[in-house]
Amino acid sequence: MNDANQTDALLRARGVSKSFPGVKALQEVDFTVRAGEVHALMGENGAGKSTLIKVLTGVYRRDSGEIHLGDNLIDPRTPDEAQRMGISTVYQEVNLVPYLSVAENICLGRQRTRLGLLKWKEIRDRAEKALARLGVELDVTETLANNSIAIQQLVAIARALDTSARLLILDEPTSSLDEGEVERLFSIMRKLKADGLGIIFVTHFLDQVYAVSDRITVLHNGQLVGEYPAASLPRVQLISKMMGKELSELDLSRGRDDRAVASSLRAPLLELKGVSRNNAIKPIDLQIGAGEIVGLAGLLGSGRTETARIVFGLDPAETGEILLDGKPVQLNSALDAISHKLGFCPEDRKLEGIIPNLSVRENIVLAMQAGQGWLKYLSRARQNEIAEEFIRALNIKTPSPDQAIRLLSGGNQQKVILARWLASRPRLLILDEPTRGIDVGAKLEIEKLMAKLTTEGMAILFISSDLEEMVRNSHRVAVLRDRQKVAELSREQISEANIMHAIAATEVK
Amino acid sequence: MSAKPANFSSAWSSLKWPALALALVLAFNLFLTPGFFHLTFRDGRVYGSLVDIINRGAPVILLSLGMTLVIATGGVDLSVGAVMAITGAIAAVLITKNVSSLLVIIGLPLVISIIAGAWNGALVGFIGVPPIVATLILMVAGRGVAQLLTNGQITFHNETFAYIARGHCLGLPFPITLVVVAFFVLLIATQKTAAGLFIAATGDNELASRCAGLHTRRVKLFVYVVCGFCAGVAGLIPAADIQQADATHAGEWLELDSILATVIGGTALTGGRFSLGGSLLGALLIQTVTTTILTRGVPSQLTLVVKALVVVSVCLLQSDKFRTFTLAAARMNRKAVTE
Amino acid sequence: MNLCTIKRNIPFAATAVVALILYLAAGFRFHGFMSVGVFKNFFSDNSFLGIASIGMTFVILSGGIDLSVGAIVGLSSVIIAMMMETHHISPVLSVVTVLGVGVVLGTIMGALIQLFALPPFLVTLAGMFFARGLGLVLQPESITINSYDSLLSHWTLPMPLTALLYLSMFVIALIIAHFTKFGRNVYAIGGNEQSAMLMGLPVSRTKIGVYAFSGFCSALAGIVYTLYSPSGYARAADGLELDAIAAVVIGGTLLTGGVGFVAGTFIGVLIFGIIQSAIIFQGTLSSWWTRIAVGLLLLVFILLQKLLQLKRFATSKDVSK
Repeated sequence: MNDANQTDALLRARGVSKSFPGVKALQEVDFTVRAGEVHALMGENGAGKSTLIKVLTGVYRRDSGEIHLGDNLIDPRTPDEAQRMGISTVYQEVNLVPYLSVAENICLGRQRTRLGLLKWKEIRDRAEKALARLGVELDVTETLANNSIAIQQLVAIARALDTSARLLILDEPTSSLDEGEVERLFSIMRKLKADGLGIIFVTHFLDQVYAVSDRITVLHNGQLVGEYPAASLPRVQLISKMMGKELSELDLSRGRDDRAVASSLRAPLLELKGVSRNNAIKPIDLQIGAGEIVGLAGLLGSGRTETARIVFGLDPAETGEILLDGKPVQLNSALDAISHKLGFCPEDRKLEGIIPNLSVRENIVLAMQAGQGWLKYLSRARQNEIAEEFIRALNIKTPSPDQAIRLLSGGNQQKVILARWLASRPRLLILDEPTRGIDVGAKLEIEKLMAKLTTEGMAILFISSDLEEMVRNSHRVAVLRDRQKVAELSREQISEANIMHAIAATEVK
Repeated sequence: MSAKPANFSSAWSSLKWPALALALVLAFNLFLTPGFFHLTFRDGRVYGSLVDIINRGAPVILLSLGMTLVIATGGVDLSVGAVMAITGAIAAVLITKNVSSLLVIIGLPLVISIIAGAWNGALVGFIGVPPIVATLILMVAGRGVAQLLTNGQITFHNETFAYIARGHCLGLPFPITLVVVAFFVLLIATQKTAAGLFIAATGDNELASRCAGLHTRRVKLFVYVVCGFCAGVAGLIPAADIQQADATHAGEWLELDSILATVIGGTALTGGRFSLGGSLLGALLIQTVTTTILTRGVPSQLTLVVKALVVVSVCLLQSDKFRTFTLAAARMNRKAVTE
Repeated sequence: MNLCTIKRNIPFAATAVVALILYLAAGFRFHGFMSVGVFKNFFSDNSFLGIASIGMTFVILSGGIDLSVGAIVGLSSVIIAMMMETHHISPVLSVVTVLGVGVVLGTIMGALIQLFALPPFLVTLAGMFFARGLGLVLQPESITINSYDSLLSHWTLPMPLTALLYLSMFVIALIIAHFTKFGRNVYAIGGNEQSAMLMGLPVSRTKIGVYAFSGFCSALAGIVYTLYSPSGYARAADGLELDAIAAVVIGGTLLTGGVGFVAGTFIGVLIFGIIQSAIIFQGTLSSWWTRIAVGLLLLVFILLQKLLQLKRFATSKDVSK
């Protein structure tokens, strides 16, 4: 780090660490943002991006390390404090009040009063001034929710300016914007940059990072990988750093050669034709045959989970069609999908997976029981039999099958959810990050189980951030980037290097 | 690891608090109320304070059983009192209109109570109205309907109908039989079919349950229908007893009693795992406390205040924030003492 | 006028239209319904419902609910009757004490709800039991109040005192809701509590304050009740909370909070008064039809709210509570 640049530094975080029970979210991270620059913060899942942001904005308190804003040592303990220090955040979900007016949203909490009464004219004028700084003209008396998400975001930025922010954090701002709106946001960011603001830009869209950022900081597994000027960091290197791999040390491990070729000759079990969903995935074609493991590779936010959710009916497709055994089907809910013998082991097990206070046994048999209906109750003995079988097969660490699942460690909870779906024997099983948080021994057990199931005819759609794992197990890999499919690799094409090149849009060997 | 009777020991552990509380109150009476445990046998029937408690508490117990299932799905049913009033009113009207068939006199009100439950269940489960509000509508309008039917109150005379409240079965008052039957029917229904699992799963994490293939809407409809039916049966008892349908006062205050019984019994208001046995004990506890207070000569109005304080205390004990708050306070105290 | 502004105001507009239709229908059907006297009575007879509903409006706007309203009215009437009649304490001191009791009870409930995350319906339901029980313990029988006579004979008022208090409270509530930071914070918290917190608004203080305000309004409503009846009775205003909630919802306030107007509640109470008067004029219909009519209107407005909500969030993912 060139020390001469320190004089320009607006924000200097040194040695910041933050741990939660069981996980070290940030370890001795250094982070510097200069005034008048757009600084991209990047990293895959579990990298520590959102934890770092929350530490900076007062949502969490760091365990150790120092944060300097300008010349002052700061210690923000609440979002309000951080805001008053000059750090403002615009969140992905905008986080304003939808039914109040634009002007109110900009000034809320900081209105000036006379004799305790609000001065509405002053509020409106302030709001218009803040928006004018962005070069935006709006009817500030209009309800916020009446405006598009893009405009709402600009209102959130205007609010930040009204608080005299010196550091502006934009957390995934472009997820819901179309191209024109993204351009407008970028030109505003450049304008603010010229005004001397420091902007932290958190995103996973590679093209956008290169379009607007001056420097890039990459985090991986809670640690700092490095800080680089955007202009001199090639894409494929950025990707490899985000994934925690050095390109040079990559073993060009090939995909499985012992794959059955026959499967490609049969009609596919599931086929997606031009399926898309706004702000989730652009039109995608995908085929999965019985007995095949198809991997979906890509960076965070590239559309993998979104595609999986469409296949399972959680989010309906807006265009295109889904064919099962060659016949079009409507998948509008999880129940629809399950009735077609699909299964889904979700990424977010807390929200969509575990039933926290029920036992391990009950969690395992739930999907099976749901399929059988109310009256055909699996006897206690049978339930225990099934539970014991999977506890053994996946090496689930639990004192007994009757232990409440919330008392298990995250990895073991994941195994229980996996067991739930394996028990219900679907024809197509979607696994979204099934081995996250699971020990190496269990990972191999799961891989063996996956292989065995495919020989019995089950099809698997496999999403994993672990490239090695994906390469080891998949018959075919579809590569996604920025919400569209950019490549499909099969057999000897499947390798970590090729996947990364596909994401970076450089040549696939 | 083989299947152990783990379910028995875990059931016992969740019941120990209400059982303990009940035992305490009973012990209090053992020492301080002469003749409390005295049972006499006459004409093949059992008499005594203990019998009275269960007998008079029968409506609350029935309501609590139904309420337990509703609360287990994360909901609540405030209309149970009004449904009691409606069923009593319909029975009274049928009797005064000289309907002779006992089947109709008992059957029609129960059918209406099922419809009332289905109404609530449809609003909550299918339309998505918050349970408090959905059941509030029936609570408001339902009593109005009952009042309309009875024009305030109807007094009647029907010996066979009175059997529901005054008759005896196996030496015990009939309401006790109703309670026992209802308890075991619901226990079997929830333990021997998938219903118990589905209800607990829906209440604990509805989204995950749906992702696992549960028809959570149907589950919710089911529990409100059961609750409505329980309220219907409960409503026939006081009507049969006093031979009068009092639309204004039938089931008054019993909503809170049944919610209180459920909460004391260990079912969390947020839903999930539930305990029918716990609610039974909770309802018995409430009834015992009420009886104890009355026999001590304390004004009955005080029971309302006591119940209010007990509800808040039980909820505080269940609240995580309260526990961390008191633990932190205790820790600070200890630190201050040792420094 | 854009779509969302229209959508936001649909419930309120519907309320106003319903009020108008009901008034015209009743006026057409019953001779003498449209007299000035009847109209004045809408505000004096329902003044205690109106004041209680004003408090309820703020609670519901913040996303909560208060079931203790009627019980506090009863308790307040008993306390003030006892203080003035039995103990001969000055009316001014009695009024201040009763209002204080209302505020304290409201604050305690608000604190339990906010600080310990207990569900509002349960805490206020317990509050209802507590207040009713306390009132009955203090005085099971009704107490007639004569102390007002000497006081009121000194004043000549343009309208009954009850109506005056109600309308004054309405104006004060309007000012609070639209011209104070507290009022705007209530709307913000009801609209999106998570956002309100991230925006740095004083969420805890506001939520507790809302219940304290509702306690104050209930106590004031209790005092107004004693002016109206004139007696203190622990069982008074039985079920008033349900009427108040109905008036607020019919008045266009969303039960989920964040959207609604104090003026809407005012019209909701007016509708209540119209229905009641119409039933009295009818003569043959028992007064219990009011309850049923209110229940039905409540249902219709709730369904209307749900319908608007569904259309608004048609594209969002499957997240339900």
